[in-house]
This record gives sequence, C-alpha cells and structure tokens, in this order.
Amino acid sequence: MPRKSMRAAINEAMRLEMRRDSTVILIGEDVAGGRGGTAEASDPPGGVLGVTKGLLSEFGPDRVIDTPITESAIMGAAAGAAITGLRPIAELMFVDFLGVCLDQIFNQAAKFRYMFGGKARAPLVIRAMTGAGFRAGAQHSQALHAIFTHIPGLKVVVPSNAYDAKGLLIQAIRDDDPVIFLEDKVLYDREEEVPDGAYTIPFAEARFVREGKDVTIVALGKMVHVATEVADRLARDGIGITVIDPRTTSPLDEDSILEAVKETGRLVVVDEGNPRCSLATDVAALVADLGFDHLKAPIKRVTPPHTPVPFAPALEDAYLPDAGRVEAAVRAVMAQQR
Amino acid sequence: MFPVIRKAGGDSSLQSNDHAAAAGEVDIVYSSHFAERYVQLDSDTLIEAYRRMATVRAFEERVGADSVAGLIPGFVHLYAGAEASAVGVCMLLSNRDWIGSTHRGHGHCIAKGVAVPAMMLEIYGKAGGVCRGKGGSMHIADLDVGMLGANGIVGGTPPLAVGAALSAKTLRTGSVAVAFLGDGASNQGTTAEALNMAVVLKVPAIFVIENNGYGEFTGVRYHCGASDLSARAAAFGLPATKVDGTDFFAVYEAARVAIERARREQLPSVIETVVPRFYGHYTGDPQPYRSAEELAAIRLEDPITQFRGRVIEAGLIKRESLDRIDREVALLIEQAAVAAREAPSPDLSSLTTDVYVSY
Repeated sequence: MPRKSMRAAINEAMRLEMRRDSTVILIGEDVAGGRGGTAEASDPPGGVLGVTKGLLSEFGPDRVIDTPITESAIMGAAAGAAITGLRPIAELMFVDFLGVCLDQIFNQAAKFRYMFGGKARAPLVIRAMTGAGFRAGAQHSQALHAIFTHIPGLKVVVPSNAYDAKGLLIQAIRDDDPVIFLEDKVLYDREEEVPDGAYTIPFAEARFVREGKDVTIVALGKMVHVATEVADRLARDGIGITVIDPRTTSPLDEDSILEAVKETGRLVVVDEGNPRCSLATDVAALVADLGFDHLKAPIKRVTPPHTPVPFAPALEDAYLPDAGRVEAAVRAVMAQQR
Repeated sequence: MFPVIRKAGGDSSLQSNDHAAAAGEVDIVYSSHFAERYVQLDSDTLIEAYRRMATVRAFEERVGADSVAGLIPGFVHLYAGAEASAVGVCMLLSNRDWIGSTHRGHGHCIAKGVAVPAMMLEIYGKAGGVCRGKGGSMHIADLDVGMLGANGIVGGTPPLAVGAALSAKTLRTGSVAVAFLGDGASNQGTTAEALNMAVVLKVPAIFVIENNGYGEFTGVRYHCGASDLSARAAAFGLPATKVDGTDFFAVYEAARVAIERARREQLPSVIETVVPRFYGHYTGDPQPYRSAEELAAIRLEDPITQFRGRVIEAGLIKRESLDRIDREVALLIEQAAVAAREAPSPDLSSLTTDVYVSY
C-alpha cells in the first residue's frame, strides 16, 4: 500500500469527493493559491502549508475559491451555501482565527437545524490547522477542539494520522451536519499507508491503538503518538497500556472508553487543550460518573498549563504534554491500588 | 431630509481593482422619480402587494397586543411601518429566491410567503409552529419558500446571503439572495465583509438596508459614523440606491433594477430603504429616547395609507376591494391568534431532536 503524508491524504480526500460530487466546493484564504498578484503562478501553492495544492487546476476557480481575509464572510458564506444546496469545505486556516468568526459557526451554522425545527440541513466542513509545536506563538498554535465540542449542532474531528485523516474527511464531506475538522500542522508530513481509493471512517468509533491490561490512556491528535511511545516503552517494563484515540470528540465514543477502563481499572487522559472544561475533564467526568466502580486509582489528566501557548522553543516544549509527563502519570496510577 | 449624493464613494480614477466598473455610484431616489411607475403594475400585482402589506400590519398589531398582554413568551420586535420595504422587494421574488432577515423579521416572512397561521403558532411557541416551536419570533424560517430565517444576531444575515447567492451562481439556478438588515447591522463587521465578498466573488446578492433611524435605542445620527448609509455601502464597489421605504413603488422599482442586475449579470447591489419604526425596539419599550413630536408624527408616513391613497386616486383599485382585503386579513389574523393560543405546546420528547441529521 502506498505511503502518504497526512497533507497528501487530506488533499486526496477533497479531490476524490470533489470529483464524486459537483456540489462540493472549497472556499477560504489562498486555498487556490492566491489571486490578484502581479504574477500568475504556474504551480499555485494551495494554502500556506500546501494542503489544497493542485485542486484549483483540476476543479477551477468556481469550485476552489480564494477569498479576502474575512473569516466571518467565509464561514457565513459557507453556512449560507450549505443550507441552499452546496456542500462547502470552508478553510479557516489557523483554528485560532475562530476568534473573528465564531458567530457564523456557533450561532448560525450549528443552530439552523434545531432553530428551524429540523427542516434544514447544513452539510458543511470547516477545516482548520490546530496545535502547538510550530513555534508560531499564542495566536497560531492553540488546540481549541473543546470549544467546538461544547456546541450542540457541531461535530468535531481530530485525526491523529494520515489514514484516519483521509477516511474521516471523506466521511465529514458526506455528512449532512456541520463538521469541524482539525488538522494538526505538526502531523502534516507524517506518513502512513493510505489506500488510493475513497473510504470512510464513521464518527464516534474510537481506534484502539494499543491494547494492554493495566492502564487506559485516552489521547487525541498528536497526543496519540506521545501516548503510544509511552505504551511501547512501558511494555518493556511489563506495564500493559491500552491507548484509545477517540478520533472524534463530538460525537464521542463513550462506550469504548468505558469498556477499556472496565478492563484496566486505571485511566490517564492526555489532551493538548487547556485544562479547564477540556476533553481531559470531559473524559475524566464520564468515567467518574459511569465507570467509577471499575477504577483502581484516581484518574490522571495530562494537559498543558492554563496559559496561552508561549513562543520561546524551550517554553513551548515545556507547555506541551510529553512522554515524560505521560509516563509519570501512568506510574502514578500504577502505584495506587484501591 | 437626506443629502443627495451622486457618484459618492469612489472616484473611478482611484479604483484599480477588478471591480472598478461597478464601483461607487449612489442613486438617491425618491417617490417623485417613480410618480408614473405604479400605473404600469397590473391590478393583480397591486392587490397582492396590498394584501401582503395589510397582513404584515395586522399581524404585527395583533402580536404586539398579545405580547403586551403576556400571552407570547420572550422578545418580540415589530416590523410595523416598514411594510413597503419587505413587500416591495419580495413581490419580485419567487420561492426559489432566498431571503435572510433580522430580529425584526415577521414582515419579511409574510412578504416572502411563510404561512401566517404557522408563524403565529411559532411565535406562541407551539408544536404546530413553522419551526415546531423551537425557533420563536427571532428564528422563523421556511426554506420551502426561500426564507432563510429571521436572525437573532444583528449582522448575522449578510454573510449567509452571500452564501445563498454563491449557491445560486454555482448551481446555476437563476435565483438571487436578498439580505435584509437594519441601520444598526450596517455598522457590523459582518456586513462590511459580506459586501466586499459579494463584490469580489461576483454573486447575485442584494443587501436591503432598512434604515428605521434606530439601532435598538440608539439613533442612527449617533451610531453611524458616515453621513449616508448607502454612500458608505457603495464604497465597497457596488451600486447603491436609496429610496423612501414608505413608498411601495419606489422600493419596487429599486428592487426590480437590483434583482435584474443580479439575475442577468450575477452581480450584487445595495438598496437603502428609509422607513419609520412605529413601535419601540421591542414590545413594551417605553421609548424615552424618542421625542413626543417624533412619536406623534411617526404614523403620518404610513406606507399602507399612502399606497391606498395612490391606487384609489389613480382609479386602479376600488376602495371597496381594499376594504374587503382588510376584512379578510383581520379574520385570518384573528383565527391564527386564537388557534395559536389554544394549540398544544411541543411534546417534551422534541427537546432533544433536530440537533443533528445523525449523531
């Protein structure tokens, strides 16, 4: 099977769906590669990190639409187009730019169906880059999945690898509800085996990345790789770790998490979101509520501190949960026996 | 009343973008420009226009009274006074055209053809409402007739209308999309973004700015930094027309031009309709920010009285025909209100439905 980067897998998902369905359009800043400059690029870049490269030449400017830097108009136009017959993929570029267009996402797109008594559907995908580790500072590095997850009417996808990214994005494009699709920019170059054809991965189906008998780690996005590294390292010490990647935070595969905790009796949640009202607290609360009897030790959460993302590389590295902190959390829950 | 501005907002020699051709012309148009226009409309059109305006008025007066009486839950914002604006535009639209509205949206809904009984049920929060009681006054929508929703967020609609216009253009449906917004919303960033986006993407969108003089409690003379809303809108590079919004014929003609431009050329326009707001920001608003003189004079500019006078005077429609419509409308509204009051609330099981298509 061919190996592809997550960037290529995401590009391929959009390409296949745009071929399959002429109502799928892509709209956002520089997604076509930039218009109105003094030169016509022979090989337009396709976004600042090249994820949409080549789509313009295949689908043309009516379906791959460069916009002004006006995120409210982009999100609003996508929402309005979604309830009137198109299936827009709207690119927000960095998820941090949510701050200038949240109304169109959470008061408009997310609420149409409910406010209108179930008589509207808004098949919209909002793609955005998420996450720290790019030395991009406080306004280009956040992991805001929890904000979207909190809002009824939105679905939230955070793929951890190229294979999942392709299948989940195709699912998202075919889905009839607004879907927030968050791409960790640090993972764009990471390669996996990815089939050439189209396939879908259903939402609310967690992936069991590792299976072990002692501790369950729930981790999302690039934190999956941190968790897996720890699981592999501690396996050599005889500690068996189950790593669960929920892949979608809304809907959330609660059953798989509870099932895993039932087996292991111990839970560590690793989340790149800031700790208050986060995925970490949500999963911890879920297990405390519905899986308490299975717990042999208190739940541990591993998250960044309650701070913005710092710029200095040393500080940013300290901000992100790493294998050392995850291992410490695993050893802490292993040390307790209820 | 308003300064006459021509070719404001853009000296063409200063424009160097792709959109310069359309940029910056404001036509300030008053009724006199259309003095002869109404004779060109057939009597069916005139009667239908009157029926819709009378329905809006009667609906709003009933909803206002029932709201003050405590029969209607929540906030209600009345459209009375602006009937010619909604109806003048929507008379030219079909169910395949889209409109988006405001928190003061009942008039737009009725003008676009949303069923009055279902609207009344919705405003009363009843199961049979057009949105099954989940939307309420500020969220009435009916996609089947091209009504994309009243909107509780000031400035929420203009970007959505750009999207509906983008659908029309991409899917080649020949439809147009109209965003109704107020003078308050004209200051919102979303409006600026949407105007610019509509020009850049060249979509068949029409922005109807209903200038009723107030954003909530705050007068346009204070809240708008520009001296003229249409001139400011025109600066985004699209034609803007300003009309007396109590004059159905002026609105109709301005809308006809804008809709034709949208349908034929897939290009956007702005229309500013200057309208009175007969009531407060919401029902029960004591309006201490408006002078006694203003309130005493407000109904002198009544679009419906004006319309009646002109069509009767011109011998186009008989007074008796209009009176008969008034009686039919009164009956429709009475029946709708009584039915809404007695109708059942939504079943509690519907609390958690309709959030997603699938989850």
